[in-house]
Amino acid sequence: MSANLPAATASPDLARGVSGRGDDAPPVRDVTLRGRRWWREVGWRHVVGVVVIAYCVLPLLYVLSASLNPGGTLTGSNNLFRTLDPANYTELFGTNFGYWLGNSLLVCTVTAIGTVLMGSAAAYAFSRFRFSGRRASLTALLLIQMFPQMLAVVAIFLLLLSLKEVFPVLGTNSHLALIMVYLGGALGVNTFLMYGFFNTVPREIDEAAKIDGASHGQIFWTIILRLVAPILAVVGLLSFVGTYGEFIIAKVVLQDVQKFTLAVGLYQWASDERNAPWGLFAAGAVLAAIPIILLFLFLQRYIVSGLTAGSVKG
Amino acid sequence: MSDQRTAGSTSTGTSTGTSPGSAPGRGSGEMTRRSGGDGGRGRGGLIARRGDSHARNVSPGFLAKLLLVMLVDALGLYGILAAGAVGSWGIVAFLVVALVVVNWVYFSRRAVPAKYLVPGLLLLFVYQIFVMVYTGYVAFTNYGDGHNSTKPDAISAISAQNERRLDGSPSFPVTVVERDDELAFAVERDGVVQVGTPEEPLSAVDGAAADGGRVTDLPGYDVLSFAEIAAQSSQITSMRVPISDDPAEGSLRTQDGSVAYVYSPVLQYDEASDTFTHAETGMVYAPDERGNFVSSTGERLTPGWRVVVGMENFTAMFTDSRVAGPFLQITAWTFAFAFLSVATTFFLGLFLAIVFNDPRVRGLKLYRALMILPYAFPGFLAALVWRGMLNERFGFINEVLLGGADIGWLTDPWLAKLSVLGVNLWLGFPYMFLIATGALQAIPSSVVESARIDGAGPLRIFRSMTLPLLMISVAPLLIASFAFNFNNFTLIYMLTGGGPNFTGSPLLVGSTDILISMVYAVAFESGVKQYGLASAVSILIFIVVGLISWLGFRRTRTLEEL
Repeated sequence: MSANLPAATASPDLARGVSGRGDDAPPVRDVTLRGRRWWREVGWRHVVGVVVIAYCVLPLLYVLSASLNPGGTLTGSNNLFRTLDPANYTELFGTNFGYWLGNSLLVCTVTAIGTVLMGSAAAYAFSRFRFSGRRASLTALLLIQMFPQMLAVVAIFLLLLSLKEVFPVLGTNSHLALIMVYLGGALGVNTFLMYGFFNTVPREIDEAAKIDGASHGQIFWTIILRLVAPILAVVGLLSFVGTYGEFIIAKVVLQDVQKFTLAVGLYQWASDERNAPWGLFAAGAVLAAIPIILLFLFLQRYIVSGLTAGSVKG
Repeated sequence: MSDQRTAGSTSTGTSTGTSPGSAPGRGSGEMTRRSGGDGGRGRGGLIARRGDSHARNVSPGFLAKLLLVMLVDALGLYGILAAGAVGSWGIVAFLVVALVVVNWVYFSRRAVPAKYLVPGLLLLFVYQIFVMVYTGYVAFTNYGDGHNSTKPDAISAISAQNERRLDGSPSFPVTVVERDDELAFAVERDGVVQVGTPEEPLSAVDGAAADGGRVTDLPGYDVLSFAEIAAQSSQITSMRVPISDDPAEGSLRTQDGSVAYVYSPVLQYDEASDTFTHAETGMVYAPDERGNFVSSTGERLTPGWRVVVGMENFTAMFTDSRVAGPFLQITAWTFAFAFLSVATTFFLGLFLAIVFNDPRVRGLKLYRALMILPYAFPGFLAALVWRGMLNERFGFINEVLLGGADIGWLTDPWLAKLSVLGVNLWLGFPYMFLIATGALQAIPSSVVESARIDGAGPLRIFRSMTLPLLMISVAPLLIASFAFNFNNFTLIYMLTGGGPNFTGSPLLVGSTDILISMVYAVAFESGVKQYGLASAVSILIFIVVGLISWLGFRRTRTLEEL
């Protein structure tokens, strides 16, 4: 489900490389370059850098400027930062945006917690117990996780249609149903990440606890989960970010405007060609992006270190 | 839901409650008896056999488990009853098996690993494995608009939709009544007052007052006044109240809200021969293997029902000229899009990684931080923002950057493809920049140095040393990126919606559609929804994704390290 974060697949060497050496390498500034030689060897790199940064930042500046332009249409948004007026943001509170934000936070939080609980329980079972069918189920999980859930979106829709007659809360147009669908896809995606990390916790720790009389449940809840806390945070946040941006299943499952998630709702605003509330959309997009960007900046270090540690013993 | 401290071997010496004196772990019979009197803990007998008694010393974890399993059992039983009532036997069977498994796993002392796996596996089974198998089944049926339901449903729908007021059919004075905002007809038939709604056939009610065949008062219902009838006349005149559960008996309808006529099905269903017969023309409609009743002249009754049609959906993709053309174009574009996305993002990322892999450049950290921004910005929002910026008439690109040009970035077939790639480049190159930087720095400098000593120029070093070494570590990520972009529905749907659309195709697909967005369009957006065809396309994506992953596995040997 961490679809738009392909970092989940990064291999350990690369991750270590990114985190570690880059900026800490011993500086080679013993010869100071000047003039044409400087331009040829260093200066042009700054030119490339500025061009690339402009390409990176322009759309972000554009949406920020549009969000501060009241009554914004597409045309009106083209003069960057001509007006600075928070009217769009205050106006958002009269719209469905509040519902969407709340729905997204609810669905993503519950999904993230459920993913962490189920994934860690499964990883614990695979890592600490030897039972018949263990290797087969691990292989099966590995195979299943290759197929993204959204490929079966039609069947998911038809399944929820039938479930609606039996359990209306598990049918279409229900947040619980959406969460269950996401959780159904969670085990395959995250178990391996956690399994690798669980394997790095020495078994001697459990054995010592077992000798002291701890049950398997106590070992799991009070010892292992404490020791693997970093990977739990990473998986939870990855799942949160992935669910936040998930679109196709949410679009198929949710039907009432007030039940939409942010992705479905903001799509509806932006895709309205005739009278797109562009200023509102821009303000909503800025608000919707802030938590993810913050999470991402916070996560960046953990993504790298968590993945590295998790995949030491494949 | 996971098991908590159930083994609970900690009870020794802390036993409290009804029998403080008894030592733990005595005969199980005694335990059972005691626990039986211990305040109705239903499972006491079972637990007492474990030696250490939970019955007298219930840990909070065990209580939590007991409550959760009881809750699951209650929900499951409710589900079994509800599913049985609507005849969903598949759901009934699944629930029975699931409940047995859950109860066995959580109340058995063995199966410890299963206690940790069952919740996740159950969800995985329903929402991932089952839906995949179901996709496979639907792909071989004609499920979709016109074939949405089962044969009995189709028979009653055909009977209901083809009704006519026959000459001399009985008529009744009707009273339109209302309860809970639901309209109903009340009539007196054979001296009994009956009420029916479009969902519920006529049934007798007690305590009604009737005057000369017209119902005047009905307990529990509001009788609509003439003005109220006039206000809702269109709704009332389109109402159809079945006379009984048997569609052959016809229905009551009214034109004016005061007199109702019996409408009889023009098409009479005969169960013995499994055919429909037209009451006036005598034409016989027999079921065909495509899920329709068809007359000898080829006239088809709708709706039909879903049947297995074999490979038809698959052959249609390649041979039906109206489907095959768009399908083949979309397939080609899907591969091109995924490949070009990986190639462009990787080479830009690699180029930048090489450019900024030089410690003499000041402000490297700032450059890197700003360059990662597109990666941190949610992808769906980026696609929507670019959609606005690329708008042909009002967008920022045309209006400001190109000084008022009229370039159809999203409306011209080729430019739209270019735009999709450009936006994906913006979204994807920071990730490639990160991994390429990591991979570059992981290449030992001694290798490059020795090449330089051997006389290789910078280009030669890059081509023969750096790039091959880089590819070893980066190739699996490129394969993963290819697989991701192969199904990058969000980008395509949000940026172009698949458009500009092909003309002349019955499917609502266009020149930037990829296979997964074609699935969506065929199943949910085209005028005639075709779940069968959409699932067949899904199956093809499954195959492609499987092949890609297999290629990836061959490189990584993940399977051997489990």
